[in-house]
Amino acid sequence: MLESEFMRLAFATGAVVGLLAPAVGFFLVQRNMSLVGDGIGHTAFAGVAAGYLLGVSPVLTALVAAVAGAVGIEWLRSRHRAAGDQALALLFYTGLAAGVVLASFAGALDVDLFSFLFGSILTVTRGDLVLVAVLGFAGLALIGLLYRALAAVVIDEEGAKVAGVPVAALNVLVAGLAGVTIGLSMQIVGILLIAALMVLPVIAAGRVAWSMSSSVLLAMGIGLVSVFAGLTVAYYADLPPGGAIVLLAAAAFVVTSALEAVRARA
Amino acid sequence: MPVAVELDQVGFSYRPGQPVLTDVDLTVEEGEFVAVAGPNGGGKTTLVRLALGLARPSSGSVRLFGEPAHRLSRRETLGYVAQRAQVGTEGPVTVREVVSSGRLAQGGLFGPLRRRDRAIVDEAIADVGLGDLADARLGHLSGGQQQRAFIAKAFAGEPSLLVLDEPTAGVDAESQEALARLLGRLHADRGVTMLYVSHEFGAVEGIVERLVLVRGGIVFDGPPHALPSAWHDPSHAHARK
Repeated sequence: MLESEFMRLAFATGAVVGLLAPAVGFFLVQRNMSLVGDGIGHTAFAGVAAGYLLGVSPVLTALVAAVAGAVGIEWLRSRHRAAGDQALALLFYTGLAAGVVLASFAGALDVDLFSFLFGSILTVTRGDLVLVAVLGFAGLALIGLLYRALAAVVIDEEGAKVAGVPVAALNVLVAGLAGVTIGLSMQIVGILLIAALMVLPVIAAGRVAWSMSSSVLLAMGIGLVSVFAGLTVAYYADLPPGGAIVLLAAAAFVVTSALEAVRARA
Repeated sequence: MPVAVELDQVGFSYRPGQPVLTDVDLTVEEGEFVAVAGPNGGGKTTLVRLALGLARPSSGSVRLFGEPAHRLSRRETLGYVAQRAQVGTEGPVTVREVVSSGRLAQGGLFGPLRRRDRAIVDEAIADVGLGDLADARLGHLSGGQQQRAFIAKAFAGEPSLLVLDEPTAGVDAESQEALARLLGRLHADRGVTMLYVSHEFGAVEGIVERLVLVRGGIVFDGPPHALPSAWHDPSHAHARK
C-alpha cells in the first residue's frame, strides 16, 4: 500500500489531520458547540466551488471561506446577534446554497466535487501536504502554548472574563483554528464528515479519560488511529476514506463506552 | 479603610422606562464580608455585574478600588464564583485542573504553570478541604464539593475582591452551612473583600458583617441582626434561633 506515492501523501496528511481535528474539536465539544464544525464545513464547500469558478486552488479558497465562516459564527454568537443554533443554521444553509450555486456556475457539479464532500485518497498533492504540515503543526503548537488559557475558558468563561483573561480573543482563535482544521482536512475526510473527526474522538475519549489533559491526548490518539485505519480500509475496499475514518471513530466510542461500563462494575 | 466597591447614584435598565435598579448608593470597604440578598428578579445579579464592570450603568458611576469599574487596570485582582460550573458533571476535568485555571490571570497565558503557581494551587485545594480529592474528576463529586473546588479556584487567583453569585444554589442545606463556615474561615484568614450574592442569606447570616437587601434598589443595609424578623429566611437554622 505504501509503495504508492498517493498513499504516502494521504497517510502523511492524515497524520496531521488526525491529531489536529480532535485537539481543536475538544474546545468546541466542551463548550457545547459540537455541531459548529458542520456549519463551517458547509462554508468550506462554498469555498471549494468558488475555487473552481475562479480557477484557483479549491483547497486555498476553502481554507479562506472556512476561517471566515468560523470567525463569523463566533462573532454572531458572542455579540448575541443570533442565538448559537440560529447562527449555525445561518452559516450551514447559506454555505450549502452558495456552494451549489457557485459549483453550478463553474460547471463543477461532478465527481471532483464529490471527492471534496466525502474525501479521496487520490487528491492529495505534495503542495497540499506542505500546506497541511505547516498550518497543521502551527495550529498544534498554538494549542500547546495556549492550552491553559483555552482550558480556563472551557472551565469557567465568566470567571475568566471577570479576571481579565482575553476570552473574546481566545474564542475567535478557537473558531479560526476550527476553520483551518476543516480547510486542511477536507481532502482526506471530506467536507460533510470532517466535523465528525473533530467531535467523535473527543466524545469517545471522555468516556475513559481521568482528566482534561488526558482527554485531549486520548482524543488525538483516537483521531490518529481512526485516520490510519480508515485510510487502510479505504485503500483495500475502494471506499471514500471519510466514511471509513468516521465509522472507525464511532467504533472507538463503542469501545470506550464498553470500557467505562466494565470499569464502573469493577 | 480604603474603599473596594463604590456605587454612586447608580441606575440601570435593559429597556427604556423599565428600570431594574434605581438610585443605588453602596460602598464596600476593603476586607468587608457583605451578603447581597433579595428576591429573584430584584436586581442582585445586575448589581454584581455593574460592580464587576461587566455592565455599564444607565446613570451614576461605579468604581472599583478607586478606578472606573469597566476600566479597572488590575482585573486579575477580581475573583468570581458563578452559580453553576460550566464544565459541571460532563467534562473530564479534575479538581486540580479547575483550581489551576484560577492562576491564569496571574501566571500568564502561555506555557505551563511555574512552581510557585503550583504551590499556591495546592494550598488553595487544601484550604477548602479537598486535598485528598485533588485528582478526582469534578463530576464524581457532590454539588457542595464542586462548589468548594470553584471557591478554591477563585482563591488561587489571590483576589482582592471575591464575588460569589448564588454559590449555594442546588446545594442541600447542610452543605450550604458548611460552605458558609468555610467562607467565614477563609475571609478571616485572608482578609479578602467578599460579596456573597444569594436570594437565600440564611446560611451566611451568622457570618457576614453586613447584609444588603436589593429589590429594585437597596431596601436594607446593615448588620444582619438589625434586619426585621419578618424578612429573615425561615429555611435556615440561624433564622430559627
